[in-house]
Amino acid sequence: MTLSFARHRHLAAALSLLLLLGLWQCLALSLHSNTLPGPLKVAGVFWQALKSGELPYHLGMTLLRLLLSFSIAMLLGCAIGVCLGRYPNIDAFFDNWVVIFLNIPALVTIILCYVWFGLEEWAAILAVVINKLPNVIITIREGARRLDKDLLEMAQSYRLGARKTFLHIIWPQLHPFVMAATRSGLALIWKIILVVELLGRSNGMGYQLHLFFQLFDVASLLAYSFAFVAVIQLIELLLLKPLDRKALKWRR
Amino acid sequence: MSGIRIAIVDKSYSVEGVSRQAIAPLELQIAANEFVCLVGPSGCGKTTLLNMVAGLDKNFQGRIGMDDAQRQPHIGYVFQNPRLLPWHTVRRNIELVFAGAPSAELIDSLLADMQLQDVQQAYPERLSLGMQRRVSIIRAFAINPDILLMDEPFVSLDAPSARQIRSLLYGLWLQRPHTVLFVTHDLREAIALADRLIFLSAAPMRLVADIPVDIAREQRNDATQIEAFREYLLKSFSAIRQLI
Repeated sequence: MTLSFARHRHLAAALSLLLLLGLWQCLALSLHSNTLPGPLKVAGVFWQALKSGELPYHLGMTLLRLLLSFSIAMLLGCAIGVCLGRYPNIDAFFDNWVVIFLNIPALVTIILCYVWFGLEEWAAILAVVINKLPNVIITIREGARRLDKDLLEMAQSYRLGARKTFLHIIWPQLHPFVMAATRSGLALIWKIILVVELLGRSNGMGYQLHLFFQLFDVASLLAYSFAFVAVIQLIELLLLKPLDRKALKWRR
Repeated sequence: MSGIRIAIVDKSYSVEGVSRQAIAPLELQIAANEFVCLVGPSGCGKTTLLNMVAGLDKNFQGRIGMDDAQRQPHIGYVFQNPRLLPWHTVRRNIELVFAGAPSAELIDSLLADMQLQDVQQAYPERLSLGMQRRVSIIRAFAINPDILLMDEPFVSLDAPSARQIRSLLYGLWLQRPHTVLFVTHDLREAIALADRLIFLSAAPMRLVADIPVDIAREQRNDATQIEAFREYLLKSFSAIRQLI
């Protein structure tokens, strides 16, 4: 029963995607304009870019920046978030900082980083980290505030020590918050990275998109975008979902 | 083995800037392997006292420690709610509290004594409250503590489950004697388990009476004996009647 439902659901999803592609094709045919190429043309451009190695190269550069800035922002954000969540005095002191940084427009940090530090790789990474960091901090802080006091007392009375307490008491409770920060983080960071690359790098997806904009090459623009979206979906499917399943085994 | 000595000079807390005394000066000496029940009205500060013994609450004047050693006592604490880690199986919950490598043999025999062998791989949320309580009792015995603290471990169980776990606990303790501080407000339960009853007053908590239970161990199952001792207590010590 559930199996057939799942099969139907997949069928429905495939149908709805096909419908979207069909509508797109119809629209492209009726407009007959260079600014809206049909899905077949985009697929062709995609294949060319893949074969020439250009798409993998630029996509790779962007993913590398994504990985680097994401890791730094998550590690730093988790540490600061736990600290603020556990110590209300420190939190009260730094709360304004978090709010201010949270509300600085991404574009402003990017421009400032480039102006102050030059069009360098690490300035680009720094700009992304600064944009993402406050987001991680507030999510993890919320998780750290909600840690179960009873379980912490249990750990203390049984003298579990710092390592065991973190691994077995604190981390499992923070996990959903870390996953939430990861998901919203990926979505946020990859959008910011494109802007960072557009403004001050000579490779990566953002740089390419800028190029296509100047050439009015909508087909390439769409091909690159879909490739990128697909990669992000793959990360979700192959990395985040299994992590979720593993950590939440006890809930079933 | 060594006993535990509790010497509290003052335990106060402040409510909106006003200091209130929670525990008046209190001295208790508990012998090694003695089973002591603390009986008193709810809210009188019994849990606070256990937390102080456990080292969770250090905000008081006085000293709590082992008779013969400078080191802090090892504590096995059975909390009022079982406080198991929901993301670990029953067995993992027990293994976790060992300082070194967990002893599989000891865990097996404790699981058998508490009739929990069949659920050792289950997650705690799948178990009934009574089973979770039994797991938390095993966890406390597993580390072979200097003192076992039990905070009303049978509260909010139905009478048959409470009776069953009480007798399992008692059997376990007879096999593996430990120094026990057991909080309850059920006088019958206290008589059935304890070597000694300590009666405590409402806040600020003070010692009201300290009475040994002179019923032979093998007669603790006998309801009439327990009832007779209870009658005797209530008749002879008028102060106790107001506490329960």
